[in-house]
Amino acid sequence: MNSREHILSEIRKLKLPKSELFGIPIFGIEGDLLDSFKQAILSNKGEVISEDELIDSLQSGGYINIYTPLDQYATYSNCDLPEDPHDFRNLDLAVVRGHFGVAENGAIWLDDTVLAHRVLPFITEHLIIVLDQKSIVSNMHEAYSRIGQEYSGFGVFIAGPSKTADIEQSLVIGAHGAKSLRVVMLGKEKEKGILT
Amino acid sequence: MSHPIQAAKFLEDKSNAKWHDETLWFVRDKRDTSSKGIPEWENLRELASSIKDNVLSNLDSYLVEFEKNAIKNGIKIHWAKDAEEHNQIVLSILKEKDCKAIVKSKSILTEECHLNPYLEENGVEVVDTDLGERIVQFLNQPPSHIVLPAIHLKKEHISEIFHEKLQTEKGNNDPYYLTQAARKHLREKFLAAKVAITGVNFGVAETGEFVVCTNEGNADMGVHLADTHIACMGIEKLIPKREHLGVFLRLLARSATGQSITNYNSHFRSPSEGKEIHIILLDNGRTKQLGREKFRNSLKCIRCGACMNTCPIYRRSGGYSYDSVVPGPIGSILSPGIDLKKHSSLPFASTLCGSCSDVCPVKINIHEQLYEWRQEITKAQSSINAKSIAMKIANGIFSTPYAYKLSGQIMRGSLKILPESVTYSNLNTWGKERDLPELPKQSFKDWYKNNGNE
Repeated sequence: MNSREHILSEIRKLKLPKSELFGIPIFGIEGDLLDSFKQAILSNKGEVISEDELIDSLQSGGYINIYTPLDQYATYSNCDLPEDPHDFRNLDLAVVRGHFGVAENGAIWLDDTVLAHRVLPFITEHLIIVLDQKSIVSNMHEAYSRIGQEYSGFGVFIAGPSKTADIEQSLVIGAHGAKSLRVVMLGKEKEKGILT
Repeated sequence: MSHPIQAAKFLEDKSNAKWHDETLWFVRDKRDTSSKGIPEWENLRELASSIKDNVLSNLDSYLVEFEKNAIKNGIKIHWAKDAEEHNQIVLSILKEKDCKAIVKSKSILTEECHLNPYLEENGVEVVDTDLGERIVQFLNQPPSHIVLPAIHLKKEHISEIFHEKLQTEKGNNDPYYLTQAARKHLREKFLAAKVAITGVNFGVAETGEFVVCTNEGNADMGVHLADTHIACMGIEKLIPKREHLGVFLRLLARSATGQSITNYNSHFRSPSEGKEIHIILLDNGRTKQLGREKFRNSLKCIRCGACMNTCPIYRRSGGYSYDSVVPGPIGSILSPGIDLKKHSSLPFASTLCGSCSDVCPVKINIHEQLYEWRQEITKAQSSINAKSIAMKIANGIFSTPYAYKLSGQIMRGSLKILPESVTYSNLNTWGKERDLPELPKQSFKDWYKNNGNE
């Protein structure tokens, strides 16, 4: 008997009584979703900035290598999408689009459709995520019902910059991934062309 | 070595023990604040527990469903009945890829299998990439806590190790400076590794995907740069549907550190073009534990570490005193199932206060299982020890009213005159760190006779 059969037969042998699977009730969240989301991002040591501040950042000259797959900001992108993701090793700033945000914890959903390479939001020194401010859902239950059965090979909730407290519980921002996370909330007039 | 002996060693450094106790209590406190922000917290715990009940009672069919869907997504599935087979599978993949150096993100399961020493013996360099794990790896130590691997170390100590291993400035203890040095060092490792290993927080039967949560982003740095991702997963990590992730992700980080969510929560469903994902499904005693009705619930554990942070014994004895891959209350009910003899002192490393059960996000009755293990262990111990003799004497005294009365009188009289060297002798283990209570002049019975009718 191979290990697969062995493990499955060990379980079946126990003939455990079946326990029911209950549905998840609807849990709401009080207060303004957008405010809660912004507050959560701050608690996670991220920042919320305006689109003007984003443009300022892109124009500042403070970032040598900038990459964005977004057409809107393509003029500021000075790297081509490399074939080998390792070639992003010196990337200073990436600007990507997020699908939606979660008010209770500041998590933002990204998947293969918005990430040129899966490693992009991690390997870049600094990360900016652009988000439609109408896209905020209340909590993780609503988040998963929004994702539904959509298929993506990879998906990630990013809620803040890379951080650690492994040395004496002192919080340090910038462990292995992006050293900062800034979120741009786009209003109605700005979203055209980026979020459609 | 038994838990009390190891704990006594930990307590020799009083200021460190105090720091450890207070720091973990601080984490527990953050968990409280965070969970209280969720009005439906108790509903979520109940829900999570019932979902895990359903998983455990249908584990075979969920495993088959998970396997089928994962294969459909282009993932390769391996089954390992024990640690040895698990390690052999990992090595065979590395050999096939001609890989001599790997990066690994936090995985308690690979600690359980002692994967690192096995791979090193076979000529593979293993780099743990979680900062805390890298620190303890430099010291050839195991993690002392499942979420905070280096919680037993002070920054001065870490600075010394980094000075030696990473050539940081001598005496620079700044956590930011030290973390940046580790970032630079590990970046090189990430960029060079062809194979990356991760653990698994949750596997979803319905979709065949699995989720890995980190704050540092180390798991993602590893796997997205490598050509091959090996995910090592205990068979109990399954959940039925994707929507159930909502329940567990709301509970996990809040219970672990008080954060509302970890900063990176990655869902792996299929490999990128040209790359490979392997999942190893490990039993290693889990089906045995599943068969033990009293201890089955321990398999619900999602490894948040809340029971450690709250435990008055763990906080005051440190992770190493348990000599178990998973220390603390949950480790004390998991480990005896794997090796009863080695871990026989662990279920006694508890006050049975029940705080562990109260904070557990999946409502494992930890303290009740600790009590159950004590019954099993006492039954299994045939030899006569000091405690069993004392209990026999006590049994005689308590069952004979006259003996009870007389022994009370003798104790009240003699304890006053006996020198401390006798009353606090080695036979009185209770009095090691405690003073005996002040003795009343008369027994309660006498007192009641005189005052009871008032």
